[in-house]
Amino acid sequence: MQIAEFSVATGLGGGLLIGLAAALLIVANGNIAGISGIAGTLLRKWDGSTVWRLLFVIGLLAGGVLVPWVSGTPLTMTVDVPTPLLMLAGLLVGFGTRLGSGCTSGHGVCGLARLSPRSLVATATFMLCAAVTVYVVRHVAGA
Amino acid sequence: MMQTIAKTRIAALVSGLLFGAGLVISGMVDPLRVLGFLDVTGTWDPTLAFVMGGALLVTLPTFQALGRLTKPLFAEKFALPTRRDIDARLVGGAALFGVGWGLVGLCPGPALVVLSTLQAPAFLFVGCMVAGMLLYQFTME
Repeated sequence: MQIAEFSVATGLGGGLLIGLAAALLIVANGNIAGISGIAGTLLRKWDGSTVWRLLFVIGLLAGGVLVPWVSGTPLTMTVDVPTPLLMLAGLLVGFGTRLGSGCTSGHGVCGLARLSPRSLVATATFMLCAAVTVYVVRHVAGA
Repeated sequence: MMQTIAKTRIAALVSGLLFGAGLVISGMVDPLRVLGFLDVTGTWDPTLAFVMGGALLVTLPTFQALGRLTKPLFAEKFALPTRRDIDARLVGGAALFGVGWGLVGLCPGPALVVLSTLQAPAFLFVGCMVAGMLLYQFTME
């Protein structure tokens, strides 16, 4: 098996920050830091929770701007997927996370920590389906 | 004395900030790194496992000790999911999300963060993700 070049320090350090973010939101405000739920609810109804949801999203975007600015390493993104597939993927991610009540953050980072059976099943399912998809795209269709 | 509502708003902003910073520092905003983790038969990139592990290192003890608090610091009660049943929507939704995630390597958090690159594919992806969320609302709720 071939292993790509990677950094334990930045992976683990970034993960700790994500964990701290989720811990802060539940301890301070009693809310789950699930991105698809926070964003999806903003699209659904505006109520007393709208302001904190918006501020969370603004913070998320600001974090993504501040770190590259401070570190001097600009954020780049490489996507080598044909446009129709990119669009299909976006639709599936949006629809699927709402139907399945969560994504990598809500089910993965928070749900697993709560030992929720639903989150365990959801996380195993999206991990497996994502791995199978990558296998098909890279090693079956792309071969 | 600061009002409680202001405290919840500051906490949400700081939480989002930490989350976004963590996603960038961990490299999870790079779709190729995520696809590298999912590509278990190719050149495997273990980064995502360390990111998830690092996050759980904090969230696991936090959520397990949550019962010791009668209520959150700045709110009246915890908004925690109570369902424990496994239904078709949960599994089907997770499966659809997984396929979309595997196609590009972006899940909702990183997708929002990469908007700051101002690159067209980021906006196209997030636009379609929002459309998918709205489609769910109008057809399945």
